[in-house]
Amino acid sequence: MTSVDSQSSGPAGWDYSPAPERTRVPIKDEYGLFIDGAFRAPKSRRRFETINPATEEVLSRVSEAGPADVDAAVEAAKAAGPGWARLKPAERAKFLFRLARRIQERSRELAVLETMDGGKPIKESRDVALPLVAQHFFYHAGWADKLSYAFPGRTPKPVGVCGQIIPWNFPLLMAAWKLAPALACGNTCVLKPAETTSLTALHLAEILQEIELPPGVVNIVTGAGETGAAIVDHPDVKKVAFTGSTEVGKHLARSVAGTGKKLTLELGGKSPNIVFADAAIDQAVEGIVSSIWFNQGHVCCAGSRLFVQESIADEVIDKLAHRMRSLRVGDPLDKNTDVGAINSSTQLKTIERYIDAGGDEGAILHEVNDQPLPEKGFWCRPCFFTGVQPSHVIAREEIFGPVLSVMTFRTPEEALSRANNTPYGLAAGVWTNTGSKIFEIARKLDAGVVWCNTYNKFDASSPFGGFKESGFGREGGLQGLRAYVRL
Amino acid sequence: MGYDGAMAVERRVDTVMVDQRAGAFSRRSIKTDSKAAGLRLAISMLDLTTLEGKDSPEKVRSLCRKAMRPYAGDLAPPVPRVAAVCVYPSHVRTAARMLAGSGVHVASVATGFPSGQYPLDVRLRDVSAAIEAGADEIDMVINRGAFLAGRTTEVAEEIRQVWQACEGAHLKIILETGELETYQNIRKASDLAIEAVASTGVLRDGEVFIKTSTGKISPAATMPVTLVMLEAIRDHFLSTGVRIGMKPAGGIKTAKQALHYLVMVKETLGEEWLTPDLFRFGASSLTNDLLRQLLKILTGHYMAMHDFSEA
Repeated sequence: MTSVDSQSSGPAGWDYSPAPERTRVPIKDEYGLFIDGAFRAPKSRRRFETINPATEEVLSRVSEAGPADVDAAVEAAKAAGPGWARLKPAERAKFLFRLARRIQERSRELAVLETMDGGKPIKESRDVALPLVAQHFFYHAGWADKLSYAFPGRTPKPVGVCGQIIPWNFPLLMAAWKLAPALACGNTCVLKPAETTSLTALHLAEILQEIELPPGVVNIVTGAGETGAAIVDHPDVKKVAFTGSTEVGKHLARSVAGTGKKLTLELGGKSPNIVFADAAIDQAVEGIVSSIWFNQGHVCCAGSRLFVQESIADEVIDKLAHRMRSLRVGDPLDKNTDVGAINSSTQLKTIERYIDAGGDEGAILHEVNDQPLPEKGFWCRPCFFTGVQPSHVIAREEIFGPVLSVMTFRTPEEALSRANNTPYGLAAGVWTNTGSKIFEIARKLDAGVVWCNTYNKFDASSPFGGFKESGFGREGGLQGLRAYVRL
Repeated sequence: MGYDGAMAVERRVDTVMVDQRAGAFSRRSIKTDSKAAGLRLAISMLDLTTLEGKDSPEKVRSLCRKAMRPYAGDLAPPVPRVAAVCVYPSHVRTAARMLAGSGVHVASVATGFPSGQYPLDVRLRDVSAAIEAGADEIDMVINRGAFLAGRTTEVAEEIRQVWQACEGAHLKIILETGELETYQNIRKASDLAIEAVASTGVLRDGEVFIKTSTGKISPAATMPVTLVMLEAIRDHFLSTGVRIGMKPAGGIKTAKQALHYLVMVKETLGEEWLTPDLFRFGASSLTNDLLRQLLKILTGHYMAMHDFSEA
């Protein structure tokens, strides 16, 4: 960095100094399983390490819940069920309000922990994830004593023990999406965070102790796929909610079939983002940036297929490249970081495999962001491909990384047929200044969520979920309550 | 560039994402060395301004003194001088005499500032008089009445005539964004102003600025409004390679705000625009907050406001 010479009026370089988040989070050397209101050593006697993907440092050792541990968790949830369901709804609401407030009070700590364990920029944990987490509990606290209005003329009853399995991309937010409606509707829960991002769920468990939530109402068991399978297969689990890959989702659907368990799945996506020539282009470029490079592209609804109308394609690509250069990639704990670390080495390898495949199939890679990357940790520079054909693997499969496939179209009909030509149906974006076109296109898109002239906007009151291989069931809003009640 | 220039199609602007993007700049965290460098840079970009009916030669002289030496104490390296002093035409001679040889530019508002509600020949004479008195920068106002009534050709023609009357002096075109109200209007006026001067011949970098406000209308400069104007400047650069300057004026009172503007310029146009030749702040009370924050970094403690000289 050069300082500004007092007498010069020529161009001067000006860059941002490091601005590390300094909040220190107490992380224990090891964590037990949160069962029946207390942390317990795992009966499995197995623990695994959880690391910071930006530094590869071991943060803590987390328990791996075996079948006996899952049994104990489900048992505790089952035992707590009748008492929690009988509690006056307004009292249940109080617990949720208390939980939301305590999350707000500890939000900085949770945001830092989310960033350390998962790699996402502190800016996003602090300004996006944590506010949404608190809002989700506040919103559902409001529903707890108003369920009869949600289902007029019916008597909503709790389902029972809910087994909830969540992914690593938004660990705490996904926990909130699962727990808040379940608790508001009078159910008890066994929640399993993803194995790479267990820590914020475990700190959430501490908060559950602080607010004196009755023991057993929420149990948090950590572990990998086997732990998840034990939850799903447990006969006393009456409802399974899963967010994660389509591959695992299909497996879950098969194992739940015929058991009478309720199931909701929120799976992968390859969401189209359609930019028409009459769009506000500079704002559309912003929208493209937040649709694919938000959270390193680890977003199930990421707008990973960009369709640009032919007449503005060159301009959009130029501006996208210009904007990409200003993205700051690096230390997730730096407040100025825009793109953080890839969540795990496994995911990084997957992304790199797709980038190679894109080149092999003849697409052109644009990796214009040339910022130096840290030596340790898992990193992938944000990038995009042009010259992509709909048959290319990078245009068909979910990459779950900061990689965008850019395609063009001439007519609205062509945009629609290309956008819908995918096994997925989670989200879509439409950019145009013409109101009638928005309604026309949005109506014909096979997507659970359609954003118009914006992207990746979330709200607790807005239902979220997909069609086709992106899953079924909705989370959030009035519609999200349906999965957690018997009518 | 293979795509059409800015005026071929009316550029669309969408409020929601403009506000979102503008908000993102103020979440950048500017600390330590970059903060000190940013504060010095901001000081060097100031157009110190006094535009009141009660302005006196004495007030203009103290403003000029402040412009040449913003901080009376000794600092190493010294605090940079500001970019310009901006006054009414009747005070240009006083300012020009004080600032001669200092490197600080003499800017004069003209063209019937602030309303512009005068016959064109009066407005043009206003420009010539200011230049004769020694101004090397003219801050003009556009004819908002004609613009809002849809007489854009008339507005463009007036801007062209003012630019021709400048005869080498640099021109800042005030859109008075507070009266245009919508981002769409602001974008349209920005494109119109830039195209009007560009149509007279090839421009040199920094010869022409677009400027948000007179300071007499609220709201004056805001981050989203400035962003919309920066995007117009960027599009002109992408299609012609010519760098138009930008001057937000009014409403920027704190050092923190000023740093956020610099972040916005850096991330929208690039670091080439981070020079007083291409970016200015129209402000006066901002100066002492910039100084105060700079001294906080250098000395570790805040000084009282009375430690800094007024204008």
